Amino acid sequence: MTAVDGISFEIDRGEIVGIVGESGSGKTMTALSLLRLIPEPGRITGGRILYGEKDIAQMTDEEIREFRGNEVAMIFQDPMTSLNPVLRVGFQVEEAMAAHARFTRQQSRDRVLPMLQRVRIPAAKERVRDYPHQFSGGMRQRAMIAMGVSNEPSLLIADEPTTALDVTVQASIIELLRDLSRELRASVILITHNMALVASLCNRVIVMYAGRIVEEGPTRAIFKNPQHPYTWSLLRSMPRVDEVEKERLISIKGLPPDLGRMPPGCKFHPRCKFKVDRCLTEEPPLGEVDPGQLARCWVLMKNIQNPEAEAQR
Amino acid sequence: MSAQPSPAITPASDPTLKKPLLRVEKLVKHFPAGGGLFARNVVHAVDGVDLAIAPGETLGLVGESGCGKSTLGRVIVRLQPATSGQIFFKDTDLTRVRGEKLRRLRQQIQMIFQDPYASLNPRMTVGDIVAEPLRNFGVARGRKAEQRVQEVMRVVGLNPNFVNRYPHEFSGGQRQRIGIARALVLNPTFIVADEPVSALDVSIQAQIVNLMEDLQAKFNLTFLFIAHDLSVVRHISDRIAVMYLGKIVEIGPSGSIRDKPLHPYTKVLQSSVPVPDPDLEAVRKPILLKGEIPSPVNPPSACRFHTRCPIAQPICSEVEPPLEMKENGRFAACHFAGQL
Repeated sequence: MTAVDGISFEIDRGEIVGIVGESGSGKTMTALSLLRLIPEPGRITGGRILYGEKDIAQMTDEEIREFRGNEVAMIFQDPMTSLNPVLRVGFQVEEAMAAHARFTRQQSRDRVLPMLQRVRIPAAKERVRDYPHQFSGGMRQRAMIAMGVSNEPSLLIADEPTTALDVTVQASIIELLRDLSRELRASVILITHNMALVASLCNRVIVMYAGRIVEEGPTRAIFKNPQHPYTWSLLRSMPRVDEVEKERLISIKGLPPDLGRMPPGCKFHPRCKFKVDRCLTEEPPLGEVDPGQLARCWVLMKNIQNPEAEAQR
Repeated sequence: MSAQPSPAITPASDPTLKKPLLRVEKLVKHFPAGGGLFARNVVHAVDGVDLAIAPGETLGLVGESGCGKSTLGRVIVRLQPATSGQIFFKDTDLTRVRGEKLRRLRQQIQMIFQDPYASLNPRMTVGDIVAEPLRNFGVARGRKAEQRVQEVMRVVGLNPNFVNRYPHEFSGGQRQRIGIARALVLNPTFIVADEPVSALDVSIQAQIVNLMEDLQAKFNLTFLFIAHDLSVVRHISDRIAVMYLGKIVEIGPSGSIRDKPLHPYTKVLQSSVPVPDPDLEAVRKPILLKGEIPSPVNPPSACRFHTRCPIAQPICSEVEPPLEMKENGRFAACHFAGQL
């Protein structure tokens, strides 16, 4: 089964890139492969992952361990399953630093409180000795972020970091990620199903569908001028909190394909309202549609006369 | 422009609603905290709620986790008994009726749940799941029940030939359609939908939201739509009620709440939700709340939001603001409504 197929992208230093897609689109697998953390029996069967000049896919176990600890940090959706329930939060942050060679034990210990304060855990001094269950969901996510950034990584991968959180907490976590990326001059990959979060945080967007990149480009271009029918429909399928005129949502009929039973041609064609004959047999390449914007489509939305009417048909 | 506030008017006696289908008055639901027969503490899950729903409308109930919105929904459909207060459905107090009369009323009130997998019995076929209410209420059996099941399956967009399949053979979106078919099979007038789309992928959410709107128009249904996502609630609801720590803090028409929230919490909530537009996002300033949501075991005195409210004054911790009508059809429980 192929979960992720022929993905190519680059991330610049300090850039915040969003990878969006629905369940099964391959967005998490893509991110895990950057850290070589793909669960067994999965493996990377081809391609290169270059970090600067180094190929992550070719690193020795020792090298990859150092890379994970010092260069990259990953933040997951559910902080409770990533924190050890029987160890104090402060100790876990200290361990995250001490496990890698950058800081001595004493330095690590001294840095715990400033780290917790930096991620804005209220009354951090009193809470250093708390256990994870004494923290709220939002505070646990902050603690995870503290562990992640404690080694001053240059790349932060956040996989649905706010999906389990309430919206008022989500707002503050997003602010924190934005500020930290600026302070650390770190690149961020935000993996999410939420297009609005991408609009809020990211400079660039990668849209994934069925293990492929279907569209990619600067955030503004993707939101104002999406060219792939999937991106276009996704943006119109979600209600907006600032909605004035009530319009019927554009729904995408059917389901994403089963990874074991991919349709021929364009993988989106069974659900696409704008398909042409060629889409059924021949998979389109990811071609440039505008400077910096790529789309994998034979049709492209700019060639559709009245897309709204056609989509509601 | 604001009407004279009158303390006698509550959302349950909202003069802008003609002949409400459902009226909830001073509804309270407490749970023992920490378990045990002699537990002394109580969770104030729902703590004095007044509301009314007009026939054919959708009232959205929005709030963050632990605010009591799901409990309120479950108490209204009598999945859980109320601690005190009244629930009038077409002038009959649901908290008092028993026996045959309750059974007849219950047919008109149905519920759709969040997790379409957990709420469908995995060992029953779809046909049996959808037909179960018909049998339970003795409405139809045999050939007649089969026909009704197939009809309802078609209505919700499921292939009626799938009656003999099991829930695991369906996708999340299709399972939610099964849950909706089961809720519709008795021809109800009122449906409580508790987070019906939050477990679904974005592209599937739109399918279910559109389906619910179509069904409402077709069968003149009345919805209480419970969700944490203000965007979805705004889209589907005629009016919105905002809940915080067991109380409704604001209730009113969806559009006027969007344009001018009266309660500071509504404003905070609204400012926290991102929109899929990078230009608007570049200027949106979320109002960040201080601290954590207090425990419903020991809620703050007077206004429950005062510990986190950006505009709280001393009076807010001393005198509880009533949920009173500030403008026509708009209620807010705040001493400084509209001032944030």
